[in-house]
Amino acid sequence: MTGEIIPIIIGMGVVTYIPRWLPLFFLTRRRLPSWLIDWLDFIPAAILSALILPALVTTGEPRHLVWARPDLWVAIPTLIFALRTRSLAGTVVIGMALYWLVTHFH
Amino acid sequence: MVSDFFDASEDWGKAVREGLSAAWPICLGYIAIGLAFGVIARKMGLHPLEIGLMSLVVYAGSSQFIAAAMLGAGAGFLPVVLTTFSVNLRHLLMSSSLSLYLKNLSGSRLSLFAYGVTDESFALNMSRFQAGNWGWRSALVVNHATNLTWFISTVAGGIGGQFIPAGAFGIDYALTAMFICLLVFQIRGIYHALVALFSGVVAVILSLMIPGNSYILITAFLAASAGLCIRKTGLQKNRPEGGR
Repeated sequence: MTGEIIPIIIGMGVVTYIPRWLPLFFLTRRRLPSWLIDWLDFIPAAILSALILPALVTTGEPRHLVWARPDLWVAIPTLIFALRTRSLAGTVVIGMALYWLVTHFH
Repeated sequence: MVSDFFDASEDWGKAVREGLSAAWPICLGYIAIGLAFGVIARKMGLHPLEIGLMSLVVYAGSSQFIAAAMLGAGAGFLPVVLTTFSVNLRHLLMSSSLSLYLKNLSGSRLSLFAYGVTDESFALNMSRFQAGNWGWRSALVVNHATNLTWFISTVAGGIGGQFIPAGAFGIDYALTAMFICLLVFQIRGIYHALVALFSGVVAVILSLMIPGNSYILITAFLAASAGLCIRKTGLQKNRPEGGR
């Protein structure tokens, strides 16, 4: 792995950029049907949930279920705080503080 | 070209202030993950300059971790690039969703915006766009402030990351907490709640069955489609008798 790394990085950049660019470039230039707008409106909730939940309850490679991780138990008060206050900054600070407390004194 | 791009400077001043005050949770998280990536990539044999180049050219955290591990194991061009492609394909859905709020933007601006679409910037910008009073300039500032943080943190990690204590101040949890709150913002009614619930459960099941992270793309696709079906049938049920 010496002179080969630069072309690999450029190749990685190209294949990463294309899926980011294609929909922005083409979908913004069209009038979208209403069902597609509705569908796209569900995407953020779907993606966020798909990102969060497996990260909280699974670990390892290959992945397996784990219920006893601080990530999951800290998520519950963090979620309640977010629901009550709807404050992004507050939620991030509370989540970090709780996680720090749990991982340090557990 | 430059003057065409950076129009009315007072708009940009406001955008920089708004963007930076929104982006800090992402930046905190990127500092933690970026330092960790730098340390690992260095261990896998990447030079800090190569680490910096990768963070600038690719700018996608999880794929960079995987690529560093593969490169460390001696993998070549095609395996690394194809893996990167499959790991980052999920951005297709995010850019599609963002396109609803970026109409009437010139091609060069869209192309610059596309570069900064990540899980984190997407989630944050999307919630701001939906709330209204969020311009593409502010969103672009979020994208690039976080990108700069990622670049600096990964290079710093590559140079001297092993001296930084891991897990300081719960910083490892910044992005998780942010995602939790942004998900709360997305639950704007019963259909969104059902989509999120469905998506979470399916994602856990699929993540246990399929290696890699393709489960995110598959799950989000399925969950949004399921939401569309539920909303359609729900609306028909609620339609008044005999109404057309």
